Amino acid sequence: MKWLRGGGIAGFILRRVLLGILVLFLVSVIVFASTQLLGDPARAILGRDATPDRLAALQKQLNLDSSKVGQYFHWLGGLLGGNLGTSLASSQPVTTVLGARIANSAVLVVLAAIASVPISIAIGSYAALRREKLFDTVSSNLMLVLAALPEFVVAVLLVILLSTNVFHLLPATSPVRPGTHAWQYPDELVMPVATLVIAVAPYVSRIMRASMIEVLESDYVEMARLKGLPERTVLIRHALPNAIGPVFQVIAINLAYLAGGVVVIESVFNYPGIGLELVDSVNNHDIPVVQALAMLIAAVYVVLNLLADVATILVTPRLRTRL
Amino acid sequence: MSATESAPALAEGVDTPTPAVGSSTLLVRSLRLWRTRIGAFLALILVLIALVGPLVAPHGVTEFINKPFSSASASGTVFGTDYLGYDVLSRFLYGGRSILVIAIVSTAIGVVLGVVIGLVAAYARNALDDVLMRLMDVIMAFPQIMLALVAVSLVGAKNSVIILAIALTTAPRVARVARGAAQPVVERDFIGATEAMGLSRVRILFGELLPNILGPMMVEATLRLTYSIAVISALAFLGLSANPDAANWGIMIQKNQGALAYEPWGALLPILAIALLTMGTGLIGDGIARTAAGIDRERGDE
Repeated sequence: MKWLRGGGIAGFILRRVLLGILVLFLVSVIVFASTQLLGDPARAILGRDATPDRLAALQKQLNLDSSKVGQYFHWLGGLLGGNLGTSLASSQPVTTVLGARIANSAVLVVLAAIASVPISIAIGSYAALRREKLFDTVSSNLMLVLAALPEFVVAVLLVILLSTNVFHLLPATSPVRPGTHAWQYPDELVMPVATLVIAVAPYVSRIMRASMIEVLESDYVEMARLKGLPERTVLIRHALPNAIGPVFQVIAINLAYLAGGVVVIESVFNYPGIGLELVDSVNNHDIPVVQALAMLIAAVYVVLNLLADVATILVTPRLRTRL
Repeated sequence: MSATESAPALAEGVDTPTPAVGSSTLLVRSLRLWRTRIGAFLALILVLIALVGPLVAPHGVTEFINKPFSSASASGTVFGTDYLGYDVLSRFLYGGRSILVIAIVSTAIGVVLGVVIGLVAAYARNALDDVLMRLMDVIMAFPQIMLALVAVSLVGAKNSVIILAIALTTAPRVARVARGAAQPVVERDFIGATEAMGLSRVRILFGELLPNILGPMMVEATLRLTYSIAVISALAFLGLSANPDAANWGIMIQKNQGALAYEPWGALLPILAIALLTMGTGLIGDGIARTAAGIDRERGDE
């Protein structure tokens, strides 16, 4: 986008927001176009033995008698206005179906983020300080192995370890009762959150370690040490703020990844969030719900990446002056 | 073995291309690291189980042995029976092949596609670069598992659909890395020299650029293979595969996990298999990455 340079930080943020909107617009076109492959939604709702009259009436009600482009903009307008259509499986508005689910998944992802970010920054930084010593070797290799494991494998291994075969500490499933909230069952949240933490921590701690090593070898850290600053000040005031820049990107990518990763983990623990809903609606061919969830997860990805880019610029003076 | 070595000598003073390290050299050198050896060993064992397993399985995949979840001694088998009353060991030996084959095919398609897009974007350096990479951004907004789920819901749980979905979501991630690795190479003098010599664009992209980014691309390919195995077995685990009762590690875990407390092998064997397989490919990838970084350091490229 070379014709769009300049404007300092505000210009940069504006450009990134516009780009994000463009990406989301294209995403919505893809989501809408791909769901058109399914054929006539009115027929899907009414079944094979629908009379032509009822079919025509429902098609009119669903706005299917207008052109495809018209239908797309009708759908997009509803999406922007918060009207996501009606679930085919439950005949309720999609917003009603998804509201509680989104809250439940958000609880998981937020708890996982709160737990994993400080833990992995601490592990990565400490490994960098103890480079090639015991802690570094053990944690680096452990993180390497954990990074390779699929989440549902981690989840089932945790179930084996903590709730069936070895210890009986925690419930194996997390079926939040309808009408209640996820945070009312802290013991049921432990294993899903732990799985998410294990899925994210390796990436964040590895990039933190690499970034910290680079910063610790830099001239300004040496300068700070030579000035006689206490090591704690050198680390917290000089090294950490400079090392954290690249980490934001990885945290954001991983949080966005969690929005998709919850799909599998929620299924393992039977946790009623958007992931389980996505699997259910895929199995039921509940297209309005699938469309809404696809847009939601894509939007989370785009927004988190946008925030990461802005945060990286803001914490990295080097990049800020280059704008 | 690389094309750059056979390229005609360039004029003195022109930045002569450092001979690109061939993929086989990189592999052999990476095997000096213990992590690569362990990874290769694990991956090899699991690949052998997946490929040779069906030949040595004591029972057929749909051969009724005893009532569901009966113990090893009660059913006269090594690991007991599963949720259908079939032999756990036999279904385990059959259950890796489809996951492995689909993972390798879809990753290969995705990596080739991604490398081509990344190289074209890096070499173009113009609006085409921007358009291609924004397009990749759009595809990347869909998590792999979600795009695969949606594709399966739209078209049905066919293997071809799963392969296409994985390949399509792998390509943009590879393209980003390929473009990033190729960008500094494009700026170097020898690329300008090959242009002056009138080499075709295809020759420049695949004969000159590609050999110089083989290291990062091999790392990326093993990483992507690890993720593909994870997504494909997760899809089976979620019950989205062509045959919901097939002998498949992902399906076995899902259907047999209810008996983990008293008859664990039906879920435990495939869990361990997938865990060790992804660990193996992960370790190989890291070994290659370290070796490639080490070679770069020796040359002073960093």
